[in-house]
Amino acid sequence: MSSTERRGCALVTGASRGIGAATAKALAADGWPVGVGYNSGADAAAAVVAEIEAAGGQALAVGGDISDPAVVDGLFSTLEERFGTVLVLVNNAGLRRDNLSPQIKDDDWDAVLDTNLGAAFRLTRRAIPQMLRARHGRIVNIASVVGLRANPGQANYAASKAGLVGMTKTIAAEVARRGVTVNAVAPGLIETDMTADLDGELLKVVPARRPGTPEEVAACVRFLASDAASYVTGATLTVDGGMSA
Amino acid sequence: MAAATPEAVESRIVEALASFGPDVEQVTRTATFEELDIDSLDLVELAQIVEDEWGVELKGDDMKSLKTVGDAIDLVVARAS
Repeated sequence: MSSTERRGCALVTGASRGIGAATAKALAADGWPVGVGYNSGADAAAAVVAEIEAAGGQALAVGGDISDPAVVDGLFSTLEERFGTVLVLVNNAGLRRDNLSPQIKDDDWDAVLDTNLGAAFRLTRRAIPQMLRARHGRIVNIASVVGLRANPGQANYAASKAGLVGMTKTIAAEVARRGVTVNAVAPGLIETDMTADLDGELLKVVPARRPGTPEEVAACVRFLASDAASYVTGATLTVDGGMSA
Repeated sequence: MAAATPEAVESRIVEALASFGPDVEQVTRTATFEELDIDSLDLVELAQIVEDEWGVELKGDDMKSLKTVGDAIDLVVARAS
């Protein structure tokens, strides 16, 4: 039975724009009904849903602050009722609050760790029992090249993304024999709203000499979510134009 | 949600454990999880089945204290009543 013949769906957090939106569309193109997770971008999430439906796919916008555990449960319940078990989870939602370390306030540390890492864990914990029972599941965590390579001014963001890589490996080993894979994708400099304010100087350390696109990241997530990637687990796939090479 | 009679709980737990590998005849009340080669991930899945069937939530510490099939059956019956 292929992924899309199973009764189930995909959930992509932070899918109202950027990498998340591109990923939601890519998974829908593979036949997955998709939960388009968003926090503040209700209109943008609705636009992503409309685009997926116009292309013949199924999608539902599911909103809320995923740093709240009750919201996490609600998102899953809504999707389970509408589309069945969540068999693909893409932990993409993230935020940045950059500063040099002496100037990172506790609130900025906590908020970044809680959304980028804590919420990803809680979503994963909620998803796994059903995936185990289905003997199939795909979890893809959107990490960052910054979790692998220094970028001054992002100690909180780097810690959260390096944490995602460690979490990915550990959970992958825990659940591998049930047909559930857990992988990470580590994008480099990608052209999104989130990176719009970054200095163009960063491009000098990118061998490809251009930023990546959300679609180039989504293509890797699509592969890791597919049956073709059934023997890939615990891996971190960099999508960075050679930045970490 | 089905009634958690001792017979119903035993039947479902034995069925679930057998689905993880051991022959159903091996899954007796006195059999230990170690003998049956049932590991911690299997017990996590068993906990999910128990919660789905009878609404009984088994936490990590509960599962760690279980040694035999009978321990699991007795715990679920006690919690469900």
